[in-house]
Amino acid sequence: MKTIKITLFIGLFLMSGFAGATALSSYTFESKEEEQAFRELTAKIRCLVCQNQSLADSDAELAGDLRREVYALWKEKKSEEEIAEFLVARYGDFVLYDPPLKPSTYILWFGPFLLLFIGCYVLSRTLKNKTEDKEVELTEEDQQRLKTLLKDDNDNREASK
Amino acid sequence: MIPEIGHFALVLSMCLAIAQAIFPLIGTMNNTPSWAALARPLAWGQALFLTIALGALTYAFLVDDFSVRYVASNSNTLLPTIYKISAVWGAHEGSLLLWAFFLGTWSAAIAIFSKSLTQEVVSRVLAVMGMINTGFLSFMLFTSNPFERLFRIPAEGRDLNPLLQDIGLALHPPTLYLGYVGFSVAFGFAIAALIGGRLDASWARWSRPWTTAAWVWLTLGITIGSWWAYYELGWGGWWFWDPVENASLMPWIAGTALMHSLAVTEKRGAFRSWTLMLAILAFSLCLLGTFLVRSGVLTSVHAFAADPDRGVFILAFLIVVIGGSLALYAWRAPSIFSGGRFDLISRESFLLGNNLLLTVFTFLVLFGTLAPLIYDALEWGKISVGFPWFNKMFLMVTPFLAVLIGFGPLMRWKRTDPIQLVKKLRIAMIVSVIIGLIAFMPSISKGSLLVPLGMLLMAWIIASHITAILDRLKHKKGIGSFFTDLAGKGRSYYGMILAHLGVAMFILGATMVSHHGIEKDLRMSPGESAEISGYRFRFDGVIRTPGPNYTANQGKFTIFLGDKQVAVLEPQKRTYFAQGRPMTEAAIDWGFTRDLYVSLGEDLGGGDWSMRLYYKPFVRWVWLGGLAMALGGIICISDRRYRTKKPKKAHLAQTDAANTLVTENS
Repeated sequence: MKTIKITLFIGLFLMSGFAGATALSSYTFESKEEEQAFRELTAKIRCLVCQNQSLADSDAELAGDLRREVYALWKEKKSEEEIAEFLVARYGDFVLYDPPLKPSTYILWFGPFLLLFIGCYVLSRTLKNKTEDKEVELTEEDQQRLKTLLKDDNDNREASK
Repeated sequence: MIPEIGHFALVLSMCLAIAQAIFPLIGTMNNTPSWAALARPLAWGQALFLTIALGALTYAFLVDDFSVRYVASNSNTLLPTIYKISAVWGAHEGSLLLWAFFLGTWSAAIAIFSKSLTQEVVSRVLAVMGMINTGFLSFMLFTSNPFERLFRIPAEGRDLNPLLQDIGLALHPPTLYLGYVGFSVAFGFAIAALIGGRLDASWARWSRPWTTAAWVWLTLGITIGSWWAYYELGWGGWWFWDPVENASLMPWIAGTALMHSLAVTEKRGAFRSWTLMLAILAFSLCLLGTFLVRSGVLTSVHAFAADPDRGVFILAFLIVVIGGSLALYAWRAPSIFSGGRFDLISRESFLLGNNLLLTVFTFLVLFGTLAPLIYDALEWGKISVGFPWFNKMFLMVTPFLAVLIGFGPLMRWKRTDPIQLVKKLRIAMIVSVIIGLIAFMPSISKGSLLVPLGMLLMAWIIASHITAILDRLKHKKGIGSFFTDLAGKGRSYYGMILAHLGVAMFILGATMVSHHGIEKDLRMSPGESAEISGYRFRFDGVIRTPGPNYTANQGKFTIFLGDKQVAVLEPQKRTYFAQGRPMTEAAIDWGFTRDLYVSLGEDLGGGDWSMRLYYKPFVRWVWLGGLAMALGGIICISDRRYRTKKPKKAHLAQTDAANTLVTENS
C-alpha cells in the first residue's frame, strides 16, 4: 500500500511538471527591468510539487498560487530577504534554491573553500618536492641493473611472440 | 518465445562474465597461458549473447509483445517505430541492458584492437571488465529483469513517457552510456597495472586512446542531453545543475583530468599514482552516476526505499567496486610524488594545476549534488542546492582553468623559460585584455562583470592557441607545412588545439546567452504582434492537427526583422492518447548568432493564448563547443602513434626500465 502511495506521489510529481512555461503572462509590470527582476526572484524559488522546477517555470496549480502570493508581497515592495524569510517560515529551507547561510549550512558554504585549500596545499607541496628534487643519477650499479632489465625485457618480448 | 531466448541469453552472458572475471586473472597469476588466453573468446561470447538479449527485447517492442511487463509499461501500438526502438532504453530495466551490452561491446573491442598488448595485460583488463559486468548482469537478473512476463496480458501498452518520444532521447542515453562504460576500460587498465605492479609508459600509452574515446562519447552524450533539454522541456535553458545532469558531468570532469594526467605519465613517467587514482575516480563516478539516476534516490529518498532490494544491491555493488579498488590502490600504488623532476614553470606543473582544479571541481559538484541527501539522511533538515550555489562554485574554479589552458600548448616539459613564454604570449595577452575592456561597455556587459571576464578568457584561449600554432609551424617549414603536420606527427597536437578552442566556443555561448538572453511571457490574440530585440513575432492563431499518437494545438507565428520575413514557427501543445497529459513542443528558428524560440502555454479562451517568447543569442555555441571538444578528441585518437602495431621496442623498453628504477629509488 505504501509503495502504491509513493508511486502515485511520484506520478503526480511528473504530471505537474513540464506542462508549459508561460507562468508570468497574467501579471502586469511597469517596466522590462521590473519583469526581469521578478523573473529572477521566482527562478530562485523551488516549486514544491514539481520535480526540480523553479517557480518561474512551473505550471503546476500549487506553483501558481504561490506565485500569486510572492507577487503580492513583491508589489508591497517587500525585499527579497523578507520574501525568502516568509517562504522559509512556511515551507523550510527546501523552497530556496540558494541555501541560506546559517550554522547548519556552514559546511555547505565553507566546505568548498576547505577543499580548494587542500588542493592548493597538495599543489604547492608537490611543486616544492619536484622542483627541489635532484635529477635521479644512475650509479654504476644502476647502469648494470638497467642493462640486465633491458635484456630481460627484450627476452620476454621475444618469448611472448 | 523470443523473450525467453533473450532471457536465456542474458543468463548465459552472466555465466560467461563470471568465467571471464575468474579464469583469465588466475591464469596470469599462476602462469597458465591456456587460462589467460580464455579472455578473448569469453569477451566475444559475452558480446554475442548480450547482442542477442538486446535484439530480443527490441523485437518484443517492435511486435508489441505486451506480455513482457517492460514493453507493456513503456510502449503502445500507436508509438512510431523509431520510438519503439528508443523505448528499449527508455526506462530502468532496458537502460541497464544497454549498459551491459555496451560493456560487452567494449570488451570485444579490446579483444580485437589489442594486438600490440601483451596477453597478460589483455587478460587482466578483460577480467576486471568481466567482474563489472557480473555485477550489472546479476543486478538485472535478480532485481530488474527486462524480460519478466505479465500474466494478464494487457490489450494495450501504457506508452512511453511523451518527453522521451524524441530524437534527442534516441541518441542521448546510448552516447552517454558509451562514455560511462568506456571509462571501465581505463579503470580496467589501472587495476591491471596495480595487480601487475607495472606502471610504466607503455601502460599509459595503451590506455590513452581508450580513455580519450570514452571521454569523446561522454562529451557527446552530455552535449546532446543539454540540447535535448533545451528544445524539449520548453523552458529555454540548457543547464540547470539538476542532479541528473550533475551525475553525467562529474565523471566528465574527472575524465578530463585523467586525460591530461595520462599525458604526463606517458611522456614523463610522472604522476603515476595520481593517474591511477583519477582512473578509479572517473569510473566510480560513472557507476555512481548511473545508479543515482536509476535508483530514484534523487527524486526523493523515499523512492529508494520503495524497492529495498535494488537499493541494497546498488549500495553493496558500489562499496565492493569503489572500496575494493581503493584498497588495492592503497596496497600497491607507488608514492604519489614519483617521477622525474621539473621546474615551477613547466608543462608538468601546469598540468598538475589543471588536475587539482578539475579534481576540486569534481568534488564540489559531488558535494552539492549529494548535500540534500546527506542533510535529509542526518536529519539536519531538508535543503535545496540549486543553480545559484553551483554557479558560484563554478565561477570560483573555472576561470583559473581557462587561464591555464592558454599557457598549456606553449609550455615545454621539465622547464620553460618564463621570459620567453611571456614574450611569445604578449600579443595574445594584449588582445585579450583589449577585448575584455571593450566588453566593459554597458551595452555589452549589461552591468555584469562576468561578461568582460568571459570575453577576456575566450579571447585569451583563442589568441594563445593561434600563437601556439604559429610558433610550432615556424619551427617547421612555415605556415604552408600545416597540412603535412596535421597529416603526420602533429595530429594529436591539433586535436588538442581544437578541443581547447571548443572551450572558448562554450565560454562565448554561455556568457552571451546568460546575460543577453531575453524572455517574455505574453497573452496574445490572433493577429497581435510582440517585439523582442528587433524581431517582431506576429501570432496567427492556433489550429488543431492530428499526430500519430496524439492530437495537437498548433500555433503559428510569423517573424519579421524590419519588413523582412525571417521565419514561420509552429509550436505545439500536444495531448498524447495513452497518458492524456499535455506536452509543449517548442518551435525554434536557429542561427549562429541567435535562436528565436516560441513555446505555447494555455488556451485562455476566445482564440487568446498564453505563450513564452525567447531571444537566445549565441546559444548554439554552447553545443558547438561540445562538438568541437569531441571532434578534437577523435582527431587525437586517430594519431598514428597509437596505431603502429609494434611500438618502437627499444625505446619503450628503455623508458620502462628507467621508470622501474626511478620508482624503486624514490
